Parts: sequence; C-alpha cells; structure tokens
Amino acid sequence: MDTHRRQALKAGSAFSLLTLVAAAGWLDPREAAAAESWNKGAFETHSLDETMKALGGSTPVPSNDIVFVATPDIAENGAVVPIGITSKVPQTDSIAILIEKNPNMLAAVFDIPPGTDPSLSTRIKMGQTSSVYALVKANGRYYVTSKEIKVTLGGCGG
Amino acid sequence: MADPMKIRANLVGDATEVKVLMSHEMETGQRKDADGKVIPAWFIQNVKVAHNDKVVLAAQWGPAVAKNPFLSFRFKGGAKGDKVKITWTDNHNDTRTDEATIA
Repeated sequence: MDTHRRQALKAGSAFSLLTLVAAAGWLDPREAAAAESWNKGAFETHSLDETMKALGGSTPVPSNDIVFVATPDIAENGAVVPIGITSKVPQTDSIAILIEKNPNMLAAVFDIPPGTDPSLSTRIKMGQTSSVYALVKANGRYYVTSKEIKVTLGGCGG
Repeated sequence: MADPMKIRANLVGDATEVKVLMSHEMETGQRKDADGKVIPAWFIQNVKVAHNDKVVLAAQWGPAVAKNPFLSFRFKGGAKGDKVKITWTDNHNDTRTDEATIA
C-alpha cells in the first residue's frame, strides 16, 4: 500500500518535471510524450508479484500456449542471450520478458497490435543462471510460462 | 547522433518479416569503471515500428536488453515497396528514426 503511494508520488513528480521541461521548450513535446510512456515503476521491480502490480495485472495463469523458440538452455555469454517467444493465446495484446535474478526483473514489454504476429525474438542480458518468464497479456488477462537458462558467464558485472 | 539502424523487411508469404539491429550501448547503470565509479545507465526505453503510419509494434525496454539490440517480428498487411519506419528513444531523450523498404 505504502510502496504504491511512493511510486505514485515518484511517477507524479517525474511527470511534472517533464511537463516543466517541455514547457521551457527544451524538449519536443512529442519526445516528452514518448518518455512518459515508459513504465518506470514496472522496470524497477524484483519479483513477479511486484512486476504484475506495477503492470496493473493480476497473478498470471501458467499457460502451455506460450513457447520459447530458438532460446538456449545454456547461454555461454550472459551479455547476449537470444530469446524468442511465440504466444498462441488468442487476442495477445502484449508480450513481456522477465528475468528472475536480474537486478530488475522486467527486461522488455512489447505491445502487439492486431495484425502483428504474437511472436518475436530479441536478445537480452542475464546476470546469472535464472528462470526467464514470458508474460502474455491477452483479452485483459495475464498468462505466463517460464524456462531456466543457465549462464556460464554473467552479463551484468564489470 | 547514434549510428543508423540496420533494418531488413522482407515479404514472407502474407506477412512482412522485420529484422532490425540497433546501434546502442545499452549501459545498465550496474557496472563500474576502473575507478569504481558507477557508469550511468544509458539505454533505449521506447521502440516504435510503423508501417504506412500504422504502428505495428511498440516496445518498452529496460537496461536488460542486450547491447546493440536485435529485434525480429512479423506483421500482416505489408506489400512490396511499402516503407517500414522504426524509431527509438533512449533515457537521454536521444532519438533516431530509420526507414526500410519492404522487399
């Protein structure tokens, strides 16, 4: 409850700062709008529950309709781990990638408009061996699947 | 200004396959330099892909996306010769837009 309030305050102050900056003419308002669409709270979470709260969703339901494609079981280099996710859940609206043991759990959120295949691949960083979650939002509900990826060389250290 | 993205957009059946390689440090803010000072975070936060001004993919990224990010996906409705426009914005509010023609 309290953390929620903090986050709301933080988000609020960030917003007003941006508005001020935009008003001062430093920023193209379009760029400011782009910055605001970044969900700061969600990218600073450390557990699946926290992330879900920040994304405004309920506890996700485990689903076999989400599959990892072209994703290794063992990643030699944690700095570049290929991740491919395909969702067969009808009306998939968004796909998120979460890495349990990274400093911040959420790695990326992709909004999938109608007409775009709910399937994508990218590359992420992993600090250590961890479970990776593929979180799918479809028709207002959340679904999740996970996979453990072993990392032999971390990607977050110096 | 950052280096241009490498974008490929190819028609595969009835879908357009987009592959993009962006050039960005994607610094996490977790690493330290030789003097033990934290290297500040510097990463792409928003990515938008548009086909004929219709957004076909919008993404929010954290610093856990790998350096020089790669992204691949497919959308329907593209035709040969159409333009695919990709824009990213990082946490310094630096932005870059590149365009490719569907082949």
